[in-house]
Order: sequence, then structure tokens, then C-alpha cells
Amino acid sequence: MSELRNYHAAVWDEPLVMELSAPGRRGNVPPAPIAELDPATALPGAVLRQAAPALPEVAEPDVLRHFLHLSQETMGMVGISLFGTCTMKYNPRVGEQLSGRDGMAELHPDQDDSTLQGLLEAVHRFDLMLRGLSGMDRFVFQPGGGAHAAYTHTAVTRAYFADRGELEQRREIITTAQAHPCNPATASAAGFDVITLPVEEDGYASLDALKAVLSDRTAALMINNPDDMGIYNPHIKEWVDAVHEVGGLCFYDHANFNGVMGRLRARELGFDACMFMLHKTFGVAKGGGGPAVGAYGCSEELATYLPGPLVEATEDGYVRRENPRGVGRVREYLGNLNQVVKAFGWLTAMGADGIREAADISVLANNYMEVRLLELKGVTKAFPQMTKRRLEMTRFSLEEYTAETGITAVDVQNRMGDYGIDAFWLSHEPWIVPEPFTPEAGETWSLEDIDYWIDVLAHVLEEGRSDPELVRTAPHQQVVGQLDGSSLDDPEKWATTWRAHRRKSGRG
Amino acid sequence: MAHPYMPNSAAESKATMMAAVGVADVDELFEQIPEDHLARESNGLAPGVRSEATVRRLVRGLIDRNDDCVANLSFLGAGLWQHHVPAVVDEIVTRSEFLTPVWGTTSSDFGRNQAWFEYASMLGELLAMDFVGLPVYSWGSAAGNAIRMAARLTGRGEVVVPASISPERLMVIRTYCGLVGGNDPISVRLVDFDPASGTVDVAALGLGPDTAAVYLETPNHLGVVETAVAEIAAAARANGTETVLGVDPISLGLLAAPGDLGADVVVGSTQPLGVHLHAGGGVGGFIATRDEERYAREYPTLQVSVAETTRGERSFGMTLFHQSSYGSREDGNDWTGNSVYLWTVANAVYMSLLGPQGFAELGRTILANARYAAGRVAELDGVTVRWPDGFFKEFVVDFSATGRSVADINAGLRAHHVFGGKDLSTDFPDLGQSALYCVTELHTADDIDALVTALKEVLA
Repeated sequence: MSELRNYHAAVWDEPLVMELSAPGRRGNVPPAPIAELDPATALPGAVLRQAAPALPEVAEPDVLRHFLHLSQETMGMVGISLFGTCTMKYNPRVGEQLSGRDGMAELHPDQDDSTLQGLLEAVHRFDLMLRGLSGMDRFVFQPGGGAHAAYTHTAVTRAYFADRGELEQRREIITTAQAHPCNPATASAAGFDVITLPVEEDGYASLDALKAVLSDRTAALMINNPDDMGIYNPHIKEWVDAVHEVGGLCFYDHANFNGVMGRLRARELGFDACMFMLHKTFGVAKGGGGPAVGAYGCSEELATYLPGPLVEATEDGYVRRENPRGVGRVREYLGNLNQVVKAFGWLTAMGADGIREAADISVLANNYMEVRLLELKGVTKAFPQMTKRRLEMTRFSLEEYTAETGITAVDVQNRMGDYGIDAFWLSHEPWIVPEPFTPEAGETWSLEDIDYWIDVLAHVLEEGRSDPELVRTAPHQQVVGQLDGSSLDDPEKWATTWRAHRRKSGRG
Repeated sequence: MAHPYMPNSAAESKATMMAAVGVADVDELFEQIPEDHLARESNGLAPGVRSEATVRRLVRGLIDRNDDCVANLSFLGAGLWQHHVPAVVDEIVTRSEFLTPVWGTTSSDFGRNQAWFEYASMLGELLAMDFVGLPVYSWGSAAGNAIRMAARLTGRGEVVVPASISPERLMVIRTYCGLVGGNDPISVRLVDFDPASGTVDVAALGLGPDTAAVYLETPNHLGVVETAVAEIAAAARANGTETVLGVDPISLGLLAAPGDLGADVVVGSTQPLGVHLHAGGGVGGFIATRDEERYAREYPTLQVSVAETTRGERSFGMTLFHQSSYGSREDGNDWTGNSVYLWTVANAVYMSLLGPQGFAELGRTILANARYAAGRVAELDGVTVRWPDGFFKEFVVDFSATGRSVADINAGLRAHHVFGGKDLSTDFPDLGQSALYCVTELHTADDIDALVTALKEVLA
């Protein structure tokens, strides 16, 4: 076991920026107008603001230092982050540098195509690369995240069946309990009924269960594979065939592509559409939750219904064209192209050999972790009867440890933070495994970091046995202590703004 | 050769892991995948490029081939606007700590959560609204979510939208409202605006018993500040209808706060507050309301609330998490997921820097510059400005009397390194050969001279 770091998070006791305010200070001064104009003479009084907004008055250096302090009070990937299903990987800084250039950051989407040829070429070339990886016929980058790509699929599905006059009949979208919540949620938001298949003893839903719910009401199947337990449904082709037999569409949520990059192609498995997350698998930073891209790809048949505009290569250069029978837009413009350009750079650097090796390393590292983690007393693996090797993730459980010590997975997660370890992934709702945790090593984290992560877990589990209070009350070396969540859902106390908090706490 | 992004691509690391796992070939680890599932065709990717210098050169070559809005003088806006981004904003949002978090804990990603709370707090001050969610993908998405909130709140199925709305945003709203045949579709009813003023009034809306929401924007897409928002909000309330108001937050040092106008749900773009254009990748959409439970319980977003730790320190946590799709899957409100949370940090830095005086001055400068530019352009033969007295930073320039199309004029302007205003002639045929010009604090007297000179030459 390696020696654990004597870590402590930065603690600045940083006030809110609103509390740094001093009358008359300025942080930024806008340019003077070209010619003075009194707003009262230019617009009706009723539309003008009467009282100035109660924003802070802070000088520029103090704003900088305030947010530097807040950044230092944020661990992000400066520590070790093995957050399963989010595939925490290195984000090449060259991409950040390049996307900050005027030729990316200062482009307007309403510019003429002739002025955007480099950008449109990058988009088109990246589309071709993803077509190669998936076998799909066309990708769009408008969805602003994986969930938004799932929503795009529900909108495309809706348009497809409306076009065939079957929308009133095709009411049902089928998914599984192990699918990400965005699949049922977006299906419902798009006006479909949701059928969720339970996970059975092999770790996935059964083909029989699927067949039992298929009918002429079926609109689509939305499913991930492997799921976020590293379990691969080997019957997926039969699933796809069965859905197609009743006339439904099949969407492959490729959130967990990292372990199978270069090995599987969604279209060859029969899927009509798939989704890649550029902010996970393709090296783009998470940003705490975006800006992200859910690259949505589909067959030629479904491409008719894609949101526009679509980018085309023509003899006269790259152009954007509307897609007249498509769903219009799922959001404005072509998408977060700044992120597409970064992903293009990442995939160029990785190449065919690189992504294959990344998948190999991801699966190897996970299996290495599994060997070491299962040596720890109190750690078990979900679906142990499924003996085949997991892919890039394994769902573990601390159920036995919790029964022994009363210490939960969340307690352990908190205490690991005291050693510089970012929160591990537990599980999406519903928790089909008690006290779950799901690390994903991916290709980014070195063997030494993986060993350190496991050593910290081992140490924390022992701490929980010798000094349970220490773990239960963790963290102790973090920016602040454990959250008391009791006020969060109380309308008398919740406050998403400082003005609400001041009013509710009688300080207004 | 090891790959620089992958520490374990070094042979020794791999060998150590393989020995521990007990495999001689990594392929053995993929035993779950049936043989006939494996890719049959090549993916066609080229071999990887391990040299950063080489990758940089390639991507830079594409980026630098674009003509951008710095090397050219741009008058494009229409929902995505070029404003000054202070250097401190860029310095902060490129910090690795803000760039890389995914979820974390309330203790370890504390600083990010505080920044999010500051974002919501300062935006709440600009809007005069007490409850602000974390943002969604875009302004159009926020409008779509807000209209769906209104439909759930009222149990009604229609939204009224002035026809002045941006076609781009309207397409998003229509998607979010669904299709007949699906569950609970919302019908979008467009109503005419007054061609004389560019605005709508209560009578134009035709509020009915099934009207869930009025979706109104001020300034509207054609640049005009709506003058009857308060009356519309009052009439809507009397009709049991929610008023969803879209605003440009950068206008709010000058223009009345939406909360003070009686809006129920306020939406808009976060992009003007310190985010670059990114060819449309800079967009983000906020949703805000009064802090009333009936609204709070309909948010589809995540929200950060101030709270305390068990030791009594100030901390921040997610409020009403259970009603999100993460908590309740298809029973949650719409869905949530990755959004544009990094940009909230940019927004927070921006609002901190500007302060009350900065927003007030910025509003005045933008208004003055835009009016100055409109006046100069209107001096040209055959060129008129519609609604010259009602706009904030964007205005409709009508070239019909020149006998030239906007497409033709804009092509001419490009030769002068000027990006003319957005062509409205297809989307708003009643406006003839018109273009929407955007002028901000970034434009100088020289810039307006350059525009006028270029226009003269192009129109000659």
C-alpha cells in the first residue's frame, strides 16, 4: 500500500461576492457612447428601470481573486476522479487554446457560409469520423448533451411516425431500469408512454420480457449497452430484430462507448440511431455540466427527420441546408461547435489505433481494479453470478460493509475526499444494488493513481471499523464539512438566490 | 510508442495490470461480446497523431480559415450578440478546476457550487426574481421548458406567441410543445404584431380559456422594446394564464426588471453575460420565477440552494432534486442533464465585474450607439429604419426602396470586411428587403463611418 497523501483542500472562508461589495467600486467600465443620449428621451418611462439592481460593487483585482479562491475550493479533476459512466478523461488543453482563437470564439452562426469554410469543414470531417465509428449515415451536433441527444431521438421518432400517420398508434417507448434516466424522461417529455423493463439475474433485461411488451403500439427502444455496470447484453441483436419486427425504431445510447471504441459499430448491430457524448468519450471537458454535445447519428431513412441545418460538402464548398421534413430545431444553431472542434482534435490525436488502445486500457484497468477491490473485506460485486469479465466499469456494493459498520457508501465517498479523491459514482435511480459504487478508470488515470485510489478506499474502510464516527462525520479535510440537507426541500428555507435567503432568514 | 494522453499505454504499466488480472491478451477481457457483434468493417480512421504540434497545426489551419467578427466589422445579432468579454472572465473559465468537474460532493466542489449560487443570485437581482434555476441549453430551450411549466400549472394546452419571434427560437419552441397525436401537446398560436409600432398589445393576443401561457419577449426579435408588458401580464393573470417573458439580460441596467413588470416566468439567454459567440456554441438559457412553491415544483432544472453543513458552515446543495429526471426518471419534470454550467461561472464573473453602475452605463451606451448608427444609416438614399424610436440595440433596416436585395447588399459588404445585419426577407416577407442590425458598446464612431461608407459604395 502506498503512503496516503497528507491532503487538505484550500479553505478561504470566501464570502459571497455580494458580501465583498463596497459603495462606488468598479470592476469594469463600459465604453462611453459614441454620442450621448438621455434614455428618458429615447424610450417611454414605463419601460425604463427605476431602481438599480443590487449587484455587488467590486474592483477588478478583487473579482479575480474571489473567483480564484472559488476555483481553488473546487477539486474537479485536479484530484483523482474515477466517476463511472462519465468517463473522466484528460481534456487536451490544446483544444481549449485553439477554441479560444477568434476564428472559433468570435464566429456568428448567421455569417455567410463562405466565411465559415474552415468550421464547416471541421464539422463535416468529424461527422465522417463518427459515421466510420458507428456505421450511421449522418450525425448532427445540435443536442447540447447526452440527454438532449436522447430527446432528439424522441423528436425524430415522433416525426417519423407522424409522417407515416402512425403517431396516434405508436405511443410506447421501451427502455430498461439500467438505462440512464434521460431515456425514459425524454420519451415522456416528447409525449410518449414509457415502459421500463426490469433487470433480471444476468444483469440485463430479458428478451422474453421485451417481446412481451412489443406490439403495434411500440415506437422505439432506447437502450445502452454495455450498461453502467460494465455488463453487455449479448442478445442485443435479437432485441433490435424483435423491435424492428413490430415496426419500432432502435436507439443506442452510447454513453458507455469507452470500453468498446473501435470494436462495435451501432449500425452493424442493427440500430437505427445512436448517440456519442463528446464531453465524455471524446476528450471534451465536463465544465461541471456543459457546454456539452450529444452527437446524434442515424440511418439514411431517419436522416430525413433530423433537426436542421445540416452541413453538406459540395463542389462549391461546405454549405448549410435546412432539412424540410425534419424536426426543425432542438435548440438554436448548429450546436456547441467549440466543443466539436475540440473533439475533432482529440480524435485526430487518438486515431484508429489510439481509440482501440484506449478501450483496451479502460477495460484492462477496470479488471485490474476489480481484482484489487474484491480483495477488500466488505466489497462485493453486483451480479456475481455473471462471471464474465466486466468491460470498463464494474458496479460494486458496500452492502456487507454497511451491515457490519453502519457506514454507507455516501459516508465512504465523503471520507475519500479527505485524501484528494473526487466523489465516486454511486448509481442512477433506481438503485437495484444496495450501497452501490461505480468507479471507472478509463485510459487517463495512471496505474499509480488507480493504486492510490484503491489504497484510500481500503484505508477508509478500515477507519470505518476502528473509528466509525470519523468516517460518518467526514469530510474533515475539505473546504467545508458535510452538508445538512434537511433544509433543501423546505419552501420556508430553500433559497436559490441571496435575495430569497435574506428575506427568509429575516435579513432582508 | 506510448500516447501522451494515456499513462498506461507505456508497456510496463500494461504488463503489470495484465499480470494482476491474469490474461495474456487483452482480447480475453472482451469475452462478454459475442464474436458476431464485433465490427466487420473498418472505421476508416487514420492512425493517431501523437505530436501536439502536428494536431495543433491541423486544427488551427481550419479555425484560422474562417472570417471572424473581430477581423471583420459585424452587425449580426438576432439572439446571439457580440459584447465585450472581460479578460478576467476568460482567465477564470479556463481554470482547470472549473473546466473539469463532473459532479463532486458539496464539500469538494464547494467553490463551483458557490459560483453557481452567485450566478443565480446576481441574475435574480437583474430580473427582480427570487428563484433562479441552473441554466438549460439555450434561450429557446428555456422558453420551451417554461411554456411546458405553464401548461402543467394551468392544465391548459395553448401558448400565444407574437409573430415577431425569432424563427430559430420558434422552431425550438414548437419541438418542445410536441405534436398532436402525442401526449399533452401544446398548440402554438402566433398573433400579429402592430406593423406601425412593432409591438403587441392585450387585444392582439386573444386570450382564451385554454391559453396556458403568453410568450412575449422584450426587446423582441425585431429589436423593439414591448411597451404593454405590464398590461399583458395583468390581463393574462386575470385569465388564469401565465406570462412567460423573454429578455436580454444585458439590457437590464436600462430596461425595467421583468419581475417589476409582472412576468411570472422569465427566460432569456445567458450568452450576453460574458460568453463568446462560438458560432452558436455560446448559448445558454435561464429560467427564473418568484420564489413560490407552485413554480418551484415545476422546474425541470437543477437548482443550487444555500444551506448549512452539520457544523454550521455556509454551504450549497441541490434543492428539489427529486423532481428532476435524475430523481424521478419519466415522472420528473421534463428532463435534465449536462447543460452549460461552465458558462454560469462566466456569467457570475461578468455580473460581478459590471456591478449596478456598469450595467446602467452599458445599457445607456448600447442604446445611444444603436440609435446613432440607425440615424446614420437612415440618411442613405432609399434606406429607412423601421420603428426608429422603439428599439434597444437591434433595429430593422429596410433596403426595399434601393431596389437591391439584402443578400446582394450583404455580399457587397463582405468585400468591405463588413458583416451586414441578418437578412429578414425570407422569414418576414412583409418587411420587404429588410435586415436586422445589431450595434453594441463595442462599436465606435469609426465603425459606423465604415459601415456607412461601405453601404454607400455597395448601393451606388
